[in-house]
Amino acid sequence: MPHDHHDHDHDHDHDHDHSGMSPSGHPYREDQDRTLSYWQTMEIAARELMIEKGVITADEVAAQIDAMDARSPARGAAIVARAWLDPEFRKLLLVDAPAASTELGIDIGPLNLIAVENTDKVHNVVVCTLCSCYPRDLLGLPPDWYKSRAYRTRAVREPRRVLAEFGVEVPQDVTVRVHDSTADMRYIVIPARPEGSDGLDEAALATLVTRDSMIGVGQARQPG
Amino acid sequence: MPTPDPLAPGARVRVRTMMPPGHVRTPAYLRGHVGRVERVLGPFGNPEQKAYGHTGDRLPLYRIRFAMADIWPTSEAPSDTLDAEIYAHWLEPL
Repeated sequence: MPHDHHDHDHDHDHDHDHSGMSPSGHPYREDQDRTLSYWQTMEIAARELMIEKGVITADEVAAQIDAMDARSPARGAAIVARAWLDPEFRKLLLVDAPAASTELGIDIGPLNLIAVENTDKVHNVVVCTLCSCYPRDLLGLPPDWYKSRAYRTRAVREPRRVLAEFGVEVPQDVTVRVHDSTADMRYIVIPARPEGSDGLDEAALATLVTRDSMIGVGQARQPG
Repeated sequence: MPTPDPLAPGARVRVRTMMPPGHVRTPAYLRGHVGRVERVLGPFGNPEQKAYGHTGDRLPLYRIRFAMADIWPTSEAPSDTLDAEIYAHWLEPL
């Protein structure tokens, strides 16, 4: 599977064919000198009209974008770290994830959340075959590969191969459970707590919880 | 519920093989396949109506668990599972 490109926005699993290298060897993305698409034009027109008519203000648009950008996997990591430490919280998280999030002071809005737990018997992985449903309130924006046709089709057809490409080898005696977010629910995976993490406090544990581990395509980091 | 729910957790169900036009949130790869109700969710507004600006009928939503072997003729590990959320009107109790 393609992994995240840190310098590029490509969905492709090949390298840099639309970009180049500067003389100093710094990779760059081509300039986007294309005309606006139909929907880009529509978005600008609708936004400007609403501002002009006083329905919303430009400040409100900017504030909403800030709020969206502020959502990051740190929220999900805080929930996982608490679940590792507090058995009662873990129990609540597994039966009523929205209530557990609220208990932690994390407002997940209208998100209908289900938490699934990785154990020595089960490995969970999340996909949205129909589009890009993702627990944005807890993990921020989905990575490009999550929205790619390759991930969406292969994760339900050959999840073990896909996981292996992400570096996760699931033993044959462990059941893989794929969760296709087809409708109103969103999913967060509680990764297995890594060995050697005894004695770490909640904040230190949270730093071990990666975004990928909460999608199910990674494991939590080893401490140290 | 006045009568026993034929879609209670554990019930065997088949996903209907309808092919209606429009915004449908039942993946085509699951239509016609048999699974079991994993849990009952909702009710939620029917997305097939909501997508077109109508108020969606409030429908129960079910998480259906399929064995990979029951979806794909060849599967990597037959007892691995696939869970998906399917609305009531797409399910035929068996």
